[in-house]
Amino acid sequence: MKKLTLLLISFIIILTACKPVDINAPAPVYDTGIEPNTWAFIPMGAFFSGQFNFETTIDYDYEMMVTHVTNQQFAEYLNEAMKDGYIKIEENKVIGYYPGDEFHDGRHEEEIPAGNYIHIPLDDPMLRLDYDGQIFTAQPTWANHPVTMVSWFGAKAYCEYYDWRLPTELEWEKAARGSEDTRPYPWGETIARNNANLITSRDPFEDMSSFGSRTTPVGFYNGKTYDGYVTLDSPSPYGIYDMAGNVWEWTSNVYEEQHYRYLRGGSKDVYENYLRIWVRNSSIPTYTSSGFGFRCVK
Amino acid sequence: MQAFKTRFNYLFTSTKGLILVAIALCALISAFFGSLSGPMADLGVKTVIVKTFGIDLVEAEREGRVIILYHTIAMAVIAIETYMITDLVAMKENQRVQINSTITFGYLAAIIGGLPFAYWGTSWIMHGIYIAGLTLIFFAGCLLAYALWPWRNEYKVKNTAYAHSKSGYDLERVAFFSVSIVTLASALFGAIPGSFYGNGFFTFLAENVVREPIKTTLQKSIIGHLHIMLALIAIACALIICRYMDFKGILHTIAMPLFIIGSIVLSMGTWLVVPFEGIAHTVIYGGSTIAMLGALLLVIYSWDKLIKTGLAEKGLKKGNFFQGLTALVRDPIKFGVTWQMVFMNFTVSFIGIFVAVKLDEIFRNWPFMDEKLILTGHWHILATLTATILLLYYADLAGLKGKSRQWFGWSIIIFSDLAFGAVTVYELKRLFVEEAYQQPVVNITNLLGDIGLVVVLLALAALMVWRLIDLFKKNGRWSQEVHEKLESYVEEK
Repeated sequence: MKKLTLLLISFIIILTACKPVDINAPAPVYDTGIEPNTWAFIPMGAFFSGQFNFETTIDYDYEMMVTHVTNQQFAEYLNEAMKDGYIKIEENKVIGYYPGDEFHDGRHEEEIPAGNYIHIPLDDPMLRLDYDGQIFTAQPTWANHPVTMVSWFGAKAYCEYYDWRLPTELEWEKAARGSEDTRPYPWGETIARNNANLITSRDPFEDMSSFGSRTTPVGFYNGKTYDGYVTLDSPSPYGIYDMAGNVWEWTSNVYEEQHYRYLRGGSKDVYENYLRIWVRNSSIPTYTSSGFGFRCVK
Repeated sequence: MQAFKTRFNYLFTSTKGLILVAIALCALISAFFGSLSGPMADLGVKTVIVKTFGIDLVEAEREGRVIILYHTIAMAVIAIETYMITDLVAMKENQRVQINSTITFGYLAAIIGGLPFAYWGTSWIMHGIYIAGLTLIFFAGCLLAYALWPWRNEYKVKNTAYAHSKSGYDLERVAFFSVSIVTLASALFGAIPGSFYGNGFFTFLAENVVREPIKTTLQKSIIGHLHIMLALIAIACALIICRYMDFKGILHTIAMPLFIIGSIVLSMGTWLVVPFEGIAHTVIYGGSTIAMLGALLLVIYSWDKLIKTGLAEKGLKKGNFFQGLTALVRDPIKFGVTWQMVFMNFTVSFIGIFVAVKLDEIFRNWPFMDEKLILTGHWHILATLTATILLLYYADLAGLKGKSRQWFGWSIIIFSDLAFGAVTVYELKRLFVEEAYQQPVVNITNLLGDIGLVVVLLALAALMVWRLIDLFKKNGRWSQEVHEKLESYVEEK
């Protein structure tokens, strides 16, 4: 009898870990007060790059978006770009032209010839945009969240449509770290749960027993309190938000002998050590994920 | 004072005492530093531990810390295997004492110097002690190789049931010897490029550089070093189990050359990674397949022996399938040491081969973080399954009997397999669940993994507490173990 009870208890514990996923479960709506259409100025000069603090110089000024590109911004872009014929829809995907990469036949390198490539999948339930056959709209709950499910081609096309571009890895790093010190996180030396959206950060958008970690609105970690959830003000030295956590950010570099594209900043789905400024993720450029987003520079 | 002296002598001069100390240290290090990550960190234990013990966690030094941590644990495991080998394989008593004392000083220095260096500020004195420890271990390895030299007349087999050359030289001894030689060379394969091309300030984990198309010599040698050292620890473990199970007969005659050739070819394959990365993998597959065939023969022999012995105990010469199965699993310790080798195929070898074969087609289409999960899981499982085999063997040496033997043995087998099975599913989840729907899979695999590991650690803790209590008894088991050899059948050869 004792053995049976033990077995039953174990079974119930295991079952509790097995709730079905409702990816459209309601989420709270918060205005963070951080305006997505703003840019931060990053002056030319030296900074420390990488885990081992190589002194590196960027010899030009540039500006970076203060927040990730939001669903609202991306929906507006899609409508304009569709009208202009910059992008089109085929087989339930928004696609666009890419002139291709030079192929070097590197080990594991795959050729990326000129052609149309996926920007976003329209049939993926994680896409927080609606399309009625004419117009794209951001789902109201997610309008001020980072746009996700965008491929590298889609992110690049967005930035270039407005004559901006994706940041290089070094531009991204400088924007995250500033030029003064060798901090591992954009806001400083240590990380707390309420500095950024990471796995088990216990933010109001997360339910680890069901759908897991979800995105937070852009600029969420700005020191405000949301329904009792206290955040720490966590911008980079240049005032840029979410440079650690929330979504991995596509960067622009195309390296010789490889077709991978690199992402920075960590995401809602990873532990804090992946939010360190120098950590790199990589992916094929057509991959779309609910944990991938981007921002532009100019 | 006398009581302390006798116990000290037991712990630091007898084989079983030395093994006990090394296992206890492994357990303490795993328990303490395991609290700094995973579920313990989530539960806030990490914060308490860091504050209480004044641990200095510099973010940029994380990779270096992790490297030193697993090197210290690996050194203790290598010491355990060495203690077993010096007692199981015939050699002069003074050689046994020299090897054991050198490696004991070595791994203790590696722990005493390495962990404070990594976790309590980078004191270079501690780093020096750590390096001195690693050097002593290497020196102990040289002494071991010399002691194992097989081509001496006194070590020719006396019983021809054991694999031997035409001249009567003991092929099992040749296998131990060749593994010790290639292990020494493979240690250098990490140490020399590490100090020549790199420096301690720029550390990296091998799994973080796998996608770089053009790898530096240092990166290639570190990847090779990691793979070969783990593989050789596993092969040495298999050879130890050969002695434990008194492997002999025709299968032994076939298996020993396979272990010898397999370990040499496998090692050469990993050394070739630097100059000829393209063909190195083929050589590695060849070598590992040959060595795994040797292990398969050990499993066949061992299971056949367990079944026959079990049936004989019941007065049966032959039995049906269920009687055979009952006989096979009646002793979880003796069954477990080889079952874990079989299970290793499902969670390590087959997965490794599958990933290698489908790398470009499947796994390189995933984000790097998903691929990295497989790589990290792969070698963690190989290392820990090897540890459970050694632990099961030690449980037998420690004299675990009756119900506690059954409980301990089955706890280790069932719960470690549960944990590693769950981790394997977690690693590969992207094959069968989309990112948006993965959370229940993540939850259930994490839960099962945690349950499995907790039970294994509790079983280990219980074993250690039992042995600790025994040390307080005047005539405890330890007092008989002081002079006990691991196996008496060594004399048979």
